Amino acid sequence: MPKAGIIVAGSTSVQPFAEVLAEEYMTLHPDVTIDIQGGGSAAGIMAAQSGIADIGMSSRELEGGEKSLWYVEIARDGLAVIVHPSNPIGNLSLNQVRDIYAATVSNWSLLGGPRSQIHVITREDGSGTRAAFESLVMGKAEITPRAIVQDSNGAVRQLVADDPNAIGFISLGLVNETVKALELGGVAATRENVINGSYGLSRPFLFIARSQPTGQTKQFIDFTLSAEGQKLLATEGLIPSSDGTGK
Amino acid sequence: MKSLKEKISESVFLLIALSALSALALITVFIFIEGVPIIAKVGVVNFVFGMKWAPSQGAFGIFPMIIGSVSVTLGAAVLGVPVALCCSIFLAEFAPATLSNLVRPAIQLLAGIPSVVYGFWGLVFIVPAIRNYLGGPGLSILAGSVILAIMILPTVISISEVSLLALPRLYKEGAFALGATHWQTIRSVLMPAAKSGIVAAIILGIGRAIGETMAVIMVLGNAVALPQSILDPARTLTTNIGIEMGYASGEHQEALFATGIVLLIIIMILNAIAQYAARRR
Repeated sequence: MPKAGIIVAGSTSVQPFAEVLAEEYMTLHPDVTIDIQGGGSAAGIMAAQSGIADIGMSSRELEGGEKSLWYVEIARDGLAVIVHPSNPIGNLSLNQVRDIYAATVSNWSLLGGPRSQIHVITREDGSGTRAAFESLVMGKAEITPRAIVQDSNGAVRQLVADDPNAIGFISLGLVNETVKALELGGVAATRENVINGSYGLSRPFLFIARSQPTGQTKQFIDFTLSAEGQKLLATEGLIPSSDGTGK
Repeated sequence: MKSLKEKISESVFLLIALSALSALALITVFIFIEGVPIIAKVGVVNFVFGMKWAPSQGAFGIFPMIIGSVSVTLGAAVLGVPVALCCSIFLAEFAPATLSNLVRPAIQLLAGIPSVVYGFWGLVFIVPAIRNYLGGPGLSILAGSVILAIMILPTVISISEVSLLALPRLYKEGAFALGATHWQTIRSVLMPAAKSGIVAAIILGIGRAIGETMAVIMVLGNAVALPQSILDPARTLTTNIGIEMGYASGEHQEALFATGIVLLIIIMILNAIAQYAARRR
């Protein structure tokens, strides 16, 4: 009997979590294969739109015409602004973070820290994490071109862990003891504060399809939104979706 | 019968030789097909001399990356070439056979270390050293130059050593007969005579440095602004492709191929100079 295949493509931020879901789903349903590919949020949305992928993954909100697609939020992910553990600064306002990334504030002493240059670290153009940071924090301001660019959450975390003067942003689930997540406007970067809405930096992880999914695709999405699927995502460090229903 | 066999083997070899060439042609044609439209749209001057790179906002200027490539490569040459030349002179002229038989394979081994290992080593040792002793974020042109200087050593050493060894014995014996010391002979006779080969070695080393990607991605910081000092992070043409290809689509992807065109042209020019230098005697 030929196996039914589901193609999932898009955001590399969502990809590792989708892989965990797919692996579990395929053990439960050995007759189904799920093929998961990266490519970025933009490519994922395009692939869903054109039908190349059964499910597109996006780590940012849909905009404009994209909203006519079928989509569901499978989980939320917090964004943490991180500094070296030895950095005396523990709390910044959103405006201060924006000023740092726009390079209008370039020395820690202006924020009450030591007299040293701030080493700004960002993600590369095209990254969903960067796009989310830009829309949530930067608004109309631009990230300074002098910022150091790293191409993964892990590389940003490593660099911040090594450099006492660095600042970066990564997925909340990936914060560990090697770096310090800043409070934003006095609100700690925790899962609880993302869930209750007091911590503002969070982004949706979306599954997108051209139209209301049916058959195998629907069953996989249903599994993702089920208590079991959501528990799996939570153990991987994500914040369970608030809407289990979608559009 | 024999001539038929000869003909068949001849054409088989020709076919294989052509397939290697066709790979080059295929890659070149593909890069140009993918990259030329965006250059045409932005304009050659705006693309090559544009100061702003922000593909998601439609800004495609690669001048900071050209400067990045040039400065990292120049730094690597300044640090690496003197060491490499001294080493090749030592191997060709001074080293006893037992020692040179030990050093030569060791240098070849240097060429066999994967570039990601160089990059990782640089990230763990060179970058923190620069950050702690010289300041700045550590990820910098200097860090990239140090790594690349080591990486070009095998190329420059082996080619210049070969060109020194290829000189007729007469040159050396003639100089000795005139009463020149060993060092005078090297400096005034052998080095000038081997000049073309040494120049070719340096240019090939530079070509190696300018094309290196993985090691420099890890230690260079990849900032898209024009660097102000050697302690500033920078981005090269190769790392621009390497760091952004994962997410690029549409015009962004075309612009990365266009970056490849510029890189290809620079390397072709360098190779042409090296060939010209090597042929001149």
